[in-house]
Amino acid sequence: MAAQRNIRSLASIVALLATFVLAGVPAYASGNSETQASAAGSTGTVKLLNVSYDPTRELYEDINAAFEKYWKDKTGQTVEIEQSHGGSGAQARAVIDGLEADVVTLALAYDIDAIAAHGLISPDWQSRLPDNSTPYTSTIVFLVRAGNPKGIKDWDDLAKPGVSVITPNPKTSGGARWNYLAAWGYALKHDGGDQAQAEAFVRAVYKNVPVLDSGARGSTTTFVQRGIGDVLVAWENEAFLALKEQGAGSFQIVVPSVSILAEPPVAVVDKNVDKHGTRAVAEAYLRFLYTPEAQTIEARNFYRPRLQSVASAFSSQFPKVELLTIDQFGGWAAAQKTHFADGGIFDQIYQVQ
Amino acid sequence: MLLKERSILPGFVPAWSYTVLYVSLVLLIPIAALVLKAATLSWPHFWAVVGSPRVVASYRLSLLASLAGAGANAVFGLLIAWVLTRYRFPGRRIVDALIDLPFAMPTAVAGIALTTMFSPVGLLGRALIPLGVKVDFTPLGVGVALTFIGLPFVVRTVQPVLLDLDAEVEEAAASLGASRAQTVLRVILPSILPSWLTGFALAFARALGEYGSVVFISGNLPGKTEISPLIIITKLEQFDYAGAAAVATVMLVFSFLLLLLINLLQWWSARRFEPGARRQPA
Amino acid sequence: MIEQALRAEPARRSEATDERPVVRGALIVVALLFVAVFLVLPLLVVFGQAFAKGVVFYARAIEEPDSLAAIRLTLVTAFAAVSLNLVFGVLAAWTIAKFRFFGRSVLVTVIDLPFAISPVVSGLVFVLLFGAQGWLGGWLSAHDIRIVFAPPGIVLATVFVTFPFVARELIPVMQALGNEEEEAAIVLGASGLQTFFRVTLPNVKWGLMYGIVICNARAMGEFGAVSVVSGHVRGLTDTIPLQVEILYNGYSFTAAFAMASLLAFLAIATLVVKSLVEWRLSRESKDGN
Repeated sequence: MAAQRNIRSLASIVALLATFVLAGVPAYASGNSETQASAAGSTGTVKLLNVSYDPTRELYEDINAAFEKYWKDKTGQTVEIEQSHGGSGAQARAVIDGLEADVVTLALAYDIDAIAAHGLISPDWQSRLPDNSTPYTSTIVFLVRAGNPKGIKDWDDLAKPGVSVITPNPKTSGGARWNYLAAWGYALKHDGGDQAQAEAFVRAVYKNVPVLDSGARGSTTTFVQRGIGDVLVAWENEAFLALKEQGAGSFQIVVPSVSILAEPPVAVVDKNVDKHGTRAVAEAYLRFLYTPEAQTIEARNFYRPRLQSVASAFSSQFPKVELLTIDQFGGWAAAQKTHFADGGIFDQIYQVQ
Repeated sequence: MLLKERSILPGFVPAWSYTVLYVSLVLLIPIAALVLKAATLSWPHFWAVVGSPRVVASYRLSLLASLAGAGANAVFGLLIAWVLTRYRFPGRRIVDALIDLPFAMPTAVAGIALTTMFSPVGLLGRALIPLGVKVDFTPLGVGVALTFIGLPFVVRTVQPVLLDLDAEVEEAAASLGASRAQTVLRVILPSILPSWLTGFALAFARALGEYGSVVFISGNLPGKTEISPLIIITKLEQFDYAGAAAVATVMLVFSFLLLLLINLLQWWSARRFEPGARRQPA
Repeated sequence: MIEQALRAEPARRSEATDERPVVRGALIVVALLFVAVFLVLPLLVVFGQAFAKGVVFYARAIEEPDSLAAIRLTLVTAFAAVSLNLVFGVLAAWTIAKFRFFGRSVLVTVIDLPFAISPVVSGLVFVLLFGAQGWLGGWLSAHDIRIVFAPPGIVLATVFVTFPFVARELIPVMQALGNEEEEAAIVLGASGLQTFFRVTLPNVKWGLMYGIVICNARAMGEFGAVSVVSGHVRGLTDTIPLQVEILYNGYSFTAAFAMASLLAFLAIATLVVKSLVEWRLSRESKDGN
């Protein structure tokens, strides 16, 4: 009796484990063969890992396909580009902690500076490619509900009582930092450069924020999917994409009088390309981003192209707007320290009483 | 050497050694790495980080919401376990299978699903918001998310014990003139108390650290609906590893003390009630 | 007596050990309501969204190469984590439930710790250990061993997060049973292993089963910890929960919920296996009588 019981209970456990094994072993075997294929890559296939931030998924899907073809035609070599996306800061941290990216394409120069500070990228990275190593730019615009029921036209409408503003948390989102600085810049310009007034203005805007999502996409979802808020402060490319994906009928874009030139830069990660022997292809990949072909893809994905010929072809898509630059805030290091670091102005706005 | 009470059962030394080795490798060394990182801060700096008003407000929210979530689970989890083991009703097996869902559902998905339900256009939001009950982007929402993720703990710890409980003991109590309420309170409850407490402790502890589901429903407003794990993430985004490790260490110490307290309580109750509930060899 | 516990259906009870029908009905209704709001509704939301564009779209979403890779990685990870924690859980439960020794309460508490540690921190500790800036990072990099941002890191983080499940399920059950049966077996001349397999294991198999099932479900669904150590390389280091996030953030809501529903299906499948085993066992034990 006891022996029978013991066999049965063993059998039940073995049966349960067996289901895992059956599910797991073939999976593991095929997983292995894949790694071997990648190890054999030196014979004619080269792999690149592009570590990027959240909103560029669609962009790099198109770019990578174009570059793979371009590189094959040019050198006969097959290149496979792997993509990783996430919050810009988190992605920079992953690279610092050992994610072996060949190139990084992030939301802020500040994040690439952080990687450079750990010796993975040469400190002069931003001067190695044209236009501050930023092949495409964007700016910050408003997305409002169809018909603009709250009549939102410019930044000062965001500070009015009764307007609900959706923007992500600048402590966790690169895009949110551009939003914040654009609002700050608008206030400075209107109040003759008075920092205290600018702070009061930004404070009034954040008083209207009911939810601080951790990333730009999260805010878009809150606004678009859940129907919360009257206005979404977003990257121009995010706003266009939301219109495209969610149907143009229910939302419209409002361009404020002043915005900020958002420059998401790119860089080759020197330490990793030297280790992988992929420097040539990695550099070619980034230079490819400046070619007319790639600039057109970027414009089609709602990023503002640098190349004049492409820009004029898409001029109806991108309205002219007065753009501040990060240099007017003393560069990223200074802006980060003043506004977003622990104890900075953003923290003071949310001071716990 | 190991300071243990005498027992005729074998296998203590190898089992103890393996347990301690595994715990050290998988758990203690990584945690030591965390504490060492926090220790790179000077004491005044450490206290400034972990004692700042915003961080303290997040501890308070995390603690209270976890307590509320675990409390709800203690009551309803026990009820569900009881109903599942004692009564027959249509769909019992399906309900039983559903209990583990919060484990299997990625927390982010749970957060999205709950926020969808309670949003102004959601199924429950439409009914609750006119009544003045706002769940999404409030501390209540945090409590709801934490109730969801902790639900299986109480049910799954109490259920096996209820299943193994001897019907004869209850029958004996009844035949000796005990009312049903007396039997439940005096006979059944003491035997399930250790596992019930365990379930509560686990649900509570799990809720303290939860991140994925809460960030969707809480709104993340500093000082109001910002939980401690979010503070850690915020610090990491600024490449402030030491600050993140400091807050993490405080949470760790806190959970450890709480768990220790509840384990002692459970151990005490097991010692107190175990001999009575112990089954005789068949 | 053990056969009685084995019965999958609750036994009909005599009047003396049952509640009045009104009480019983009320309890069932309250329990079902709670389950409906907290479990059924979210599940309906997930499945509703997953099949919003029909079965064909659902199938296509899952056949995506990146999604298939994520499914594979999730299965491998869960298998590894469950196996490791199963062996540990049984030995830890034996140590803790059967013996009284110095430091026992502390050991129990330490085992619970991963529950209380934020998943984010569970991932972070491995980055602090094995990351390029971590304590062992230099050595690993010199030997070209990759742990974080590769499958080993994902397995480690999952093991860490699911660490307590098996042990935690077994300990209360073993404790409730006491030591007499094992002591009797030893006195009658059984060896330690014989005692364990013939006396202890049959008594605790339900706890063990629940432990494995829960450990597996949690291993497959873990998001936060894995997210920190994964690196999010598409098709290589994304698990199902991470793939859900990627799809959701890429405006592929339906595909995201399709992947999420897959986890719910996997959990249900595990539970069906469990129920089948239970049913087989209860039948066999009846035949045995």
